[in-house]
Amino acid sequence: MAIEETPRTPVIANKADDPRYAEKLKQIWESSPGLGGWLSTVDHKEIGIRYIVTAFLFLLIGGLEALVMRLQLAQPNARVLTPEQYNQVFTMHGVTMIFLYALPVLSGFSNYLWPLLLGSRDMAFPRLNAISYWIFLFSGLFLYSSFIVGKAPDDGWFNYVPYASRTYNPGPNIDVYALSMVFLGISTTVGSINFLVTLARTRAPGMSINRMPILVWGTLTASVGNLLAVPAVSLAFLMLWMDRQLNTHFFDSTLGGQPLLWQHLFWMFGHPWVYAIVLPAMGIVSDALPTFCRRPLVGYTAVALSTVTTMILGFGVWLHHMFATGLPLLSLSYFSAASMTIVVPSSVAVFAWVATIWTGRPVFTAAFLHFAGFVLLFVIGGVSGFMTAAVPVDWQLNSTYFVVAHLHYVLIGINVFPVIGGIYYWFPKFTGRMMRETLGKWSFWIMFTGFNVAFFPMHILGIEGMPRRVYTYTDGLGWGTPNLIVSVGAFVFAFGILLFLINVLLSLRGGERAVNNPWDGSSLEWSTPSPPPAYNFAVIPVVASRYPLWESRMNGKPDRSSVNEGMALDIGRETIGTTALDAEPDIILKMPGNTYTPLVVTLGMTLFFISLLLHLWLWGGFAVLLILVASVVWLWPRRALGQVDVSHD
Amino acid sequence: MRTCFVSLSGSLLSPLALCAEGPMSYERTFGPAVDPITQLGWGLGIISLVVIVVITVLLLGALFRSRAPSADPRGLAVSSETGGMSWIYIGVGISSVVLAACMVWTLTTINAVARPLSSPALTVQVTASQWWWAARYESAAPARIFTTANEIHIPVGQPVRFELISGDVIHSFWIPQLAGKMDVIPGQTNRMWLEASRAGVYRGQCAGFCGVQHAHMALVVVADPPETFASWQDDQIESTRPPVTADTIRGHEVFQTHCAACHTIRGTTPAGIRGPNLTHLMSRGTLAAGLLPNTRGNLAGWIANAQSLKPGARMPDQNLSGPELLAVTAYLSTLH
Repeated sequence: MAIEETPRTPVIANKADDPRYAEKLKQIWESSPGLGGWLSTVDHKEIGIRYIVTAFLFLLIGGLEALVMRLQLAQPNARVLTPEQYNQVFTMHGVTMIFLYALPVLSGFSNYLWPLLLGSRDMAFPRLNAISYWIFLFSGLFLYSSFIVGKAPDDGWFNYVPYASRTYNPGPNIDVYALSMVFLGISTTVGSINFLVTLARTRAPGMSINRMPILVWGTLTASVGNLLAVPAVSLAFLMLWMDRQLNTHFFDSTLGGQPLLWQHLFWMFGHPWVYAIVLPAMGIVSDALPTFCRRPLVGYTAVALSTVTTMILGFGVWLHHMFATGLPLLSLSYFSAASMTIVVPSSVAVFAWVATIWTGRPVFTAAFLHFAGFVLLFVIGGVSGFMTAAVPVDWQLNSTYFVVAHLHYVLIGINVFPVIGGIYYWFPKFTGRMMRETLGKWSFWIMFTGFNVAFFPMHILGIEGMPRRVYTYTDGLGWGTPNLIVSVGAFVFAFGILLFLINVLLSLRGGERAVNNPWDGSSLEWSTPSPPPAYNFAVIPVVASRYPLWESRMNGKPDRSSVNEGMALDIGRETIGTTALDAEPDIILKMPGNTYTPLVVTLGMTLFFISLLLHLWLWGGFAVLLILVASVVWLWPRRALGQVDVSHD
Repeated sequence: MRTCFVSLSGSLLSPLALCAEGPMSYERTFGPAVDPITQLGWGLGIISLVVIVVITVLLLGALFRSRAPSADPRGLAVSSETGGMSWIYIGVGISSVVLAACMVWTLTTINAVARPLSSPALTVQVTASQWWWAARYESAAPARIFTTANEIHIPVGQPVRFELISGDVIHSFWIPQLAGKMDVIPGQTNRMWLEASRAGVYRGQCAGFCGVQHAHMALVVVADPPETFASWQDDQIESTRPPVTADTIRGHEVFQTHCAACHTIRGTTPAGIRGPNLTHLMSRGTLAAGLLPNTRGNLAGWIANAQSLKPGARMPDQNLSGPELLAVTAYLSTLH
């Protein structure tokens, strides 16, 4: 984005006034068809869909890895996998789900939805948006290339040293992991910056911060969290790579290094990250559930503040991953109490959701079932987290299957269920077609049943003393029967996911055509056609309340928000910039067009990381050159973006 | 009173466990370093189950309570955004009170298990390595120091201090029925204590991921009556007697050429420390860190085929002739 050279006052128009106006916007905003347009687009909607689809592909790969593990663990002493294979598979399962599915899928939702929710035409930095997707894709492919050659990371996603050091893990496995995480961290960082600036500067006039949808609060909070948390892990992985390849010894206790330093850096990142991958998903529920309850969310302000509070507390709890490392009891007590305190903001959200259903009039759609089911899973995942927050109890529970149960209730319950519910909800907007309701309800019930059959018995396995990350177990420990049940549940759950995917494919081709607002939702995205045009809004809407499309039906007052009449901006790609808190119109933002530079920079970075991995230093130099040249092209001042001072011409 | 509550809830909830309580289960525990934790665990677990039940009932009520039919399907259920806040006030209020009580209980429990009532008389230094445990019994008298592996004997009713050090990567020392886990981290010595209130065999297992054979890194703690423990300790301090029969003499030679680089047998030539000390091998219940019952057949199988029994273990397959294998097994079988 850039600032226009000469201030002008935008024309206020009704979008139905001039039929040629929409055509003109289409010319300005649409990507050219064909591969060139596909590779160069900066349209947030295309990028958002790519994020979601790519993340789902990774979810499927991670899910298949889980099923293979469940075959191995279904019986004692099974030999489906060798120990080394098992370690690679469980590591890749965790890494895939946490890094390549859970956050990217939410980034996908937010990329697609933010400008539509906020009443803007694109994200603040469209090219940055494109590069954050490309980096996500290529870092994921870089990581998975190691799996194909049988040298995938094998020290768990937490990657504790010194097992991850070259002494104990001499292959390329850990180097691939370290480099791909530094690589992926760039994507997360630029993506987070983009969300923050988009939020601060491109909300529709009138959308003050107390009128933003909760999903926006969730992604805002997650983005701030990421900006503060990701540097810790990028640094940790860089230091590890240097320990392994350049003979530094940050983590080597035999040379004065400190293995616990890794754990501190990793969990300073890791725990805030957990909130980053659930808060936007909780936002999906807080925004979509009320639509099906036919009322606004109960306690908007309390829920918004609880979102932020959770993240702030989330930065003060990382030590609860390290309760058994021999740290002083006083610090453990502090972190124990801080971890338990998270119950308070979480319970705000739970009671807000239950109250919204209770005082509303629920409509039992497939999407709604996912959100209602999510509330229960959230509570189960929450109370098991509360149990592990108690230091002495955690001395027993940690590193057992109890924690595996807990984290899957959190990550599947609070991420996957809202995400799939969110897809049922926004599919009409994404594609212009409705999903099949009956099939959707079937897939929900199969997923919900399978999930609980798979993961609830894991609590019991944990209390029966089964440690995590074991490739097998012997007879006589009482773990056989629950493991068999878990494995059966896992396959039932997978079948539910399969039905969901079938539903997506069937609906894509033959789904009923969707109207603009099929669920009678209250927020701005439902005022656009399904699917929205490339420019989102023909005129920039004006927002006067939290629920612009419901205004006339609440409080008995006439509409004050305006979605049909507003600023018409059609001199090149333009949207309106507003002030950060009150969203007063401030400036016309000139938006960049499609470009290959984000892709070229990403390819340069990919080459750079490959050359680091393989010690091809010359190629590394070439990659740096490529990145520099492409960046110069990217940043070269353009008159169309108002970056050239015309007075000197 | 509390114990009664705990055992009652234990017996009620045990059927939930789908299986008999196994040797790693900490539903019931047997020592003062862990019993307060078990009570806290049951307490928090029951509170958690109550929370789940209450929310489920509220949720079902919210979903299915009867409502007046609506005239306008597009109408909203409420005419104002406000309302419903009492749910949050009451719900969060009750949660916070319960939470505060749980915090206090947690902090008092930390304190209750922080140290034993009396200072431990016995100190065992445990070294965790990929994928086995060495246990060195400390003593002021150097002659009474001895080292064993994967099986730790302690006297019943007396606190024992453990010093945990790592031979390589991070491990975690965990005997669930006697104490919570404590990580074993290179470059530092972590200390803990435990005490068995009842004689018996308590299984433990490494709980910190440590590589390919993390799954097979078990150990047992055997709690003996004090006099039994004392005689076990005296036996362990004894060196072994030299071999006398022809096949055990031959076996000892095989040991010296094939095994002694890593294993020690006290009373013979000084030897390696990379593998378990085998001085009183036959006094132990299992082989290969809990993998196999310690029988003569398993011992021979382990020597010949360690890599197929425990792939990746540091113990290589020994390329011995049949007679050599028989001889070395015969020799090792004399190490009581």
